[in-house]
Amino acid sequence: MVEVKLTVNDQEEAVFVDARDSLSDLLREKLQLTGMHVGCDHGACGACTVHLDGTPVRSCIVLAARCDGSKVRTIEGTRNDAMMDIVRRHFHEKHALQCGFCTPGMLMMSIDIISRYGVPSENQVRSELSGQICRCTGYMGIVAAIQAAAREINGNGDN
Amino acid sequence: MKPALFDYVRPESLEETLKALSASDEATVIAGGQSLLPMLNLRIASAETLVDISRLRELKTLSETETTLSIGALVTHAAIEDGLGRDAFNGLLQKIASKIAYRAVRNMGTIGGSLSLCDPSADWPVCLLALGASVAIASLEGERCLPMEDFLVDAYTTALEQGELLVRIDIPKQGDCAWGVSKVNRKSGAFADSLAIAILGTDRQPARVALGGTASCAQLLAATSALLGQHPDIGADALSSAIATDVAAAHEEATPYQMRCHIHTVTCAIAEARSWSR
Repeated sequence: MVEVKLTVNDQEEAVFVDARDSLSDLLREKLQLTGMHVGCDHGACGACTVHLDGTPVRSCIVLAARCDGSKVRTIEGTRNDAMMDIVRRHFHEKHALQCGFCTPGMLMMSIDIISRYGVPSENQVRSELSGQICRCTGYMGIVAAIQAAAREINGNGDN
Repeated sequence: MKPALFDYVRPESLEETLKALSASDEATVIAGGQSLLPMLNLRIASAETLVDISRLRELKTLSETETTLSIGALVTHAAIEDGLGRDAFNGLLQKIASKIAYRAVRNMGTIGGSLSLCDPSADWPVCLLALGASVAIASLEGERCLPMEDFLVDAYTTALEQGELLVRIDIPKQGDCAWGVSKVNRKSGAFADSLAIAILGTDRQPARVALGGTASCAQLLAATSALLGQHPDIGADALSSAIATDVAAAHEEATPYQMRCHIHTVTCAIAEARSWSR
């Protein structure tokens, strides 16, 4: 067993994990943070996306042991986040989810896209989302929601 | 699925890492882990001991001299996408980095990891082969340098030996560099069915065209490169025949689809490089 000390959603945690445990195992099994979903467990679907030290990663292909000393933010840590509140509202309004399995990963990716691009074009959103798979095929709503949220957060822009 | 059990060490220094690597012939280096962990999870690869090099800060830097750009093995694709080394090679590195897999993968995946795994369809081996780069390899005995042609041996096979670690990539600078990139993949971010990168010659470097997506590692297209070097304005007929010869040699027993992809990407990469306004 390996001891991992890390900060999750602004709370300091110390847990023991197996060397082979992934960050998604640590979050779901040790800390009961089940908001993030595990779809494929080999980095293909993007459902398990969380932020590690400020950037999105696929938590199923990051070793938990490696996260010692890191800061992790999961979907649970975005409650009352001003930016995420806006993104979430637009997901609701644009019907950007059906079964909701991919949604936590989509949301974590969305705020990263808006942070990096400001007001991204539809092509940019689609390209950036190519690693997030939605099996209800709800991409049109998701793309529209991210664009609308970006416009509300960062102004209209002509990007 | 979960990987089979393995031991895990996370050294704090290069020396400690090299000692761990030379102590056991069952040690596997893990950098960003974006290829290795999926392979372990799917159990198409196994490891006795993972040596996690992610704390080796000295491998995360980029430095340059008048003639050479040096990239540390742990520099991530995202760091290059976001502009590290942007001015070198007229933005070629940034273009390549931004098309590797997906952002969440690029945040973790490293240039040295991509080279060391040597996936036949990976982007960096093709790019660095076309740029005439070399790699610096460290071991307890010291450091050795190898040109990319000698480092890349075959699919998933490099010249790295037990106890060795790729620490740095050195790329010779070349004035105003005209390049072209063409990639065929079934979906944004997927591995390439074919990837060609053409770099036209300057007074410092001859023209070099490299191809990925073959059954082996990235390949330098010798006849095409030589022809472009000797006759920069060579016509389409002579060029296509050199491309066909090179592609057939680079990918033996390619299917008709693969041949068409390769001929397409090489032709497009050269055309794009030639369209560069100098």
